[in-house]
Amino acid sequence: MYFSHTPAEREAMLRTIGVKSLEDLFQAVPAAHRFPDLRLPPALTEMEALSEMQEYALANESIQELSSFLGAGAYHHYIPAAVDSLLRRGEFYTAYTPYQPEISQGTLQSIFDYQSLVVALTGMEVSNASHYDGATAIAEAVTMAHANFRGKRARVVLSPAVHPHYRQVLHTYNHGTPIEVVGEDLDLTAGPEALIPLIDPQTALVIVQYPDFFGRIYDLTHLAQAAHAAGALLAVSVNPTALGLLKTPGEFGADIVTGEGQPLGIPLSFGGPYLGLFATRKEYVRKMAGRLVGETVDNRGQRAYVLTLTAREQHIRREKATSNICTNQGLMALAATIYMSLLGKHGLRQVAELCYHKAHYAAQKITALPGYALWSNAPFFHEFVVRCPLPVDEINEHLLEYDILGGYDLGQDYPQLENHMLIAVTEMNSKEEIDRLADALAVLSYEEEASYE
Amino acid sequence: MSEPLLCELSVPGRVGFRFPEVDVPQAPLPEGMLRQELPLPELYEVDVVRHYTRLSQLNHGIDIGFYPLGSCTMKYNPKVNEEVARLPGFAHVHPLQPEETVQGSLALMYQLQEWLKEIGGFAGVTLQPAAGAQGELTGVLIIRAYHEANGQSQRNKILIPDSAHGTNPATSAMSGMRVVEIKSDGRGNVDLEALRAECDESLAGLMLTNPNTLGLFDENVEEVVRLVHAAGGLVYGDGANLNALLGIVRPGDLGIDVLHYNLHKTFSTPHGGGGPGSGPVGVAEKLVDFLPGPLVDIIEPGDDEEPPLYGFVYPKKSIGRVKAFHGHFGMMARAYTYMRMHGKEGMRMISEYAVLNANYLRARLRDVYHVPYDRICMHEFVAEGRWPDIPDIQALDIAKRLMDFGFHPPTNYFPLIVHDALMIEPTETESLQNLDAFADAMIKIAEEARSNPELLKTAPHNTPVGRVDEVKAAKELVLCCGFRSTDLSSK
Ligand SMILES: Cc1ncc(COP(=O)(O)O)c(C=O)c1O
Repeated sequence: MYFSHTPAEREAMLRTIGVKSLEDLFQAVPAAHRFPDLRLPPALTEMEALSEMQEYALANESIQELSSFLGAGAYHHYIPAAVDSLLRRGEFYTAYTPYQPEISQGTLQSIFDYQSLVVALTGMEVSNASHYDGATAIAEAVTMAHANFRGKRARVVLSPAVHPHYRQVLHTYNHGTPIEVVGEDLDLTAGPEALIPLIDPQTALVIVQYPDFFGRIYDLTHLAQAAHAAGALLAVSVNPTALGLLKTPGEFGADIVTGEGQPLGIPLSFGGPYLGLFATRKEYVRKMAGRLVGETVDNRGQRAYVLTLTAREQHIRREKATSNICTNQGLMALAATIYMSLLGKHGLRQVAELCYHKAHYAAQKITALPGYALWSNAPFFHEFVVRCPLPVDEINEHLLEYDILGGYDLGQDYPQLENHMLIAVTEMNSKEEIDRLADALAVLSYEEEASYE
Repeated sequence: MSEPLLCELSVPGRVGFRFPEVDVPQAPLPEGMLRQELPLPELYEVDVVRHYTRLSQLNHGIDIGFYPLGSCTMKYNPKVNEEVARLPGFAHVHPLQPEETVQGSLALMYQLQEWLKEIGGFAGVTLQPAAGAQGELTGVLIIRAYHEANGQSQRNKILIPDSAHGTNPATSAMSGMRVVEIKSDGRGNVDLEALRAECDESLAGLMLTNPNTLGLFDENVEEVVRLVHAAGGLVYGDGANLNALLGIVRPGDLGIDVLHYNLHKTFSTPHGGGGPGSGPVGVAEKLVDFLPGPLVDIIEPGDDEEPPLYGFVYPKKSIGRVKAFHGHFGMMARAYTYMRMHGKEGMRMISEYAVLNANYLRARLRDVYHVPYDRICMHEFVAEGRWPDIPDIQALDIAKRLMDFGFHPPTNYFPLIVHDALMIEPTETESLQNLDAFADAMIKIAEEARSNPELLKTAPHNTPVGRVDEVKAAKELVLCCGFRSTDLSSK
């Protein structure tokens, strides 16, 4: 507990207020419901609480103890020590939204750095200060595109190769709005150009993922052209690590880039907090949701930073705001900023290449095993789909005995991909680990064969 | 000040961080798909550490001093929480691992759901929403789904008191609802007449903040709830102000149907310079089936030897997901630790002291600053930052001058129903000495406002930057700085 009042201080304060007891402060609360007897355990000291939390943590199997090949939207990367060391500065993490610029320049300038880095990475022109995650960033892109056409275009063409959770969130957000979503039932093996016939004059937004949920990378130039020819916008949800190596959505002609920023120095933490990236072109800046930091000067003539274009936001515009977002992912954006600052141009390229080469090595090793084959011939980045000879959960159970965390079971989201596993490889997977994965799979095939005989 | 920007610090050719060399045979890179430029900074670790350390020193935070930012509950963020969230068993767990490998996380989430249910008086809780505003969206979508399931999809009107936070109307509009504002009465309560007039068959619900943004507990809350229910509507509770109610009253007991909690306010998880937050939502029995999925539940009960087996379940009529994965687990671990360290007795003390501290400041300031709804307040109160005899001075001037005394200003110009509002929320973690120092500064500023108004008008004076030109920022729109792009091949 973090209270300071001594009994004498408490009495003095009550006297100043003019009441006799703490109870007297709660007369406005209906008496019948006042002071409920809460069924909560008694308080623990810090020492006891920490040991209880350690027990919980030990009941998990962390990927520090396992070799992980699980990705599907959350990736295991190395986080340089300096990232967390800086994040733990109380000046950063115990501040709130920088509404008072004179005592928040640290947060404001860091956000400006963040916006600059995201713009450079994505090839776009403006970035906001963050969304909750990769999923809500896409949902907000839909709202923005819909508003951009003043509600006159209600069709959204959505690739089935966008992360299933992102698509689910998009549907949740759009329930009760006129937005109509098409495209999710397209053939999964087709590339993004299969979306083109669905783009019509009612289309506000076309959404793809890059690399897509299956790890594949496609040139999006034709898709962007087709969207623009119909007057629609193109949104691309990215994995930022891949942009250390690959062409930017900006080069293809994308209008909005969203993405999950977790790979940029944010621990897996069982799914959050992560970071929603959102960047777009200048002409849409007033339609964009979220906080935005701009450069200006103070009354002493010094360069300074401040939240700007706030007339888009809920605290000014209320029901006419571009979004209801208020608290965003500030500290996670700072983590990504520090990560990108440290890695910089050379480090980000290097980590992207490591992921790429190791994933390709893994794919080659695994598909050399009997019964395993690559599902797609398309180029891929650091994740790929293999058709397996057995149900994925059986394989994963077996791998766990070798302290290996297997890939994602795609049959959960795509019935047509039963027995297909999505495997992610990053710089954290050594050659030896990849070899062990292939060996463990080989043992399984061998056991399987033996049991048939 | 003038700390250079990253782009100004960057030196072409400088290499900071190195990864190990590739240990596998290299695959050919995908032709035609490679970017030709990667215009990111080129720095080394010392540059980066000093840059962000120096930037941090330009900030005010709770660790530095008093931060009475109304509606935000800027209480102390315990250091042990940070240790807990970083335990390897929590920080390095993938959200899609098999459930049997994440029993620790699931058990923690289950217990947190249970405690939040108990504290709020609800039958079900989802931990998925990312922040208060997303909790609101979740709640309003649940209200909509409930009416639709009852064949009442014409119910599309949401009532919002004029004292409400901007996220309430913004959320309702996002959910395709029609927003109607309800005024407050002379005591700061929801005006019952105005409410009655809007209770019809198009009513979906009311979004109520209680205590409201004046820091006042609505004296008619039971009547408000009764009226909305009688008209077939549901009551949404904005739990931003729950810090006043822990162990004092359970919103569910008052008839609130849906409520969001803010783990980043009430339960001490840090505000992070703007986030991340966490906005779990609690619901009454009749709404449990509509919660977003997945929720954590006990799949197989435990016994003397074995703990229960936890797993994810999907509510029957779920509105769907509102977020990828399972919400902000890192925030849940912090909030759990905080709750565990307070327990039953401590929970009530949090609110008692939060309310004590707010009333103490109110009592010390009410003769100097007009408090328009001057009665016993809850965890915060709203004063006017203006005086009739010196019309030139505004809330903004007082706020800026406070910085010179080392305090973060109160929330200002909100709620909208008070002129030049200064919304003061001290929280329970401030000592009497801190409260007194703040009150003294406020009183001194009121004197200065008369003796030397220029001092306020030109404030702040002791901060890294002075008043900034917001108009220039919006007009010229400089939103990023470009990095020198040297050819990648030059590496
Ligand atoms: C009364 C009230 N409601 C809702 C919110 C929105 O919560 P969040 O910022 O966590 O989205 C706030 C935020 O400060 C608030 O004060």
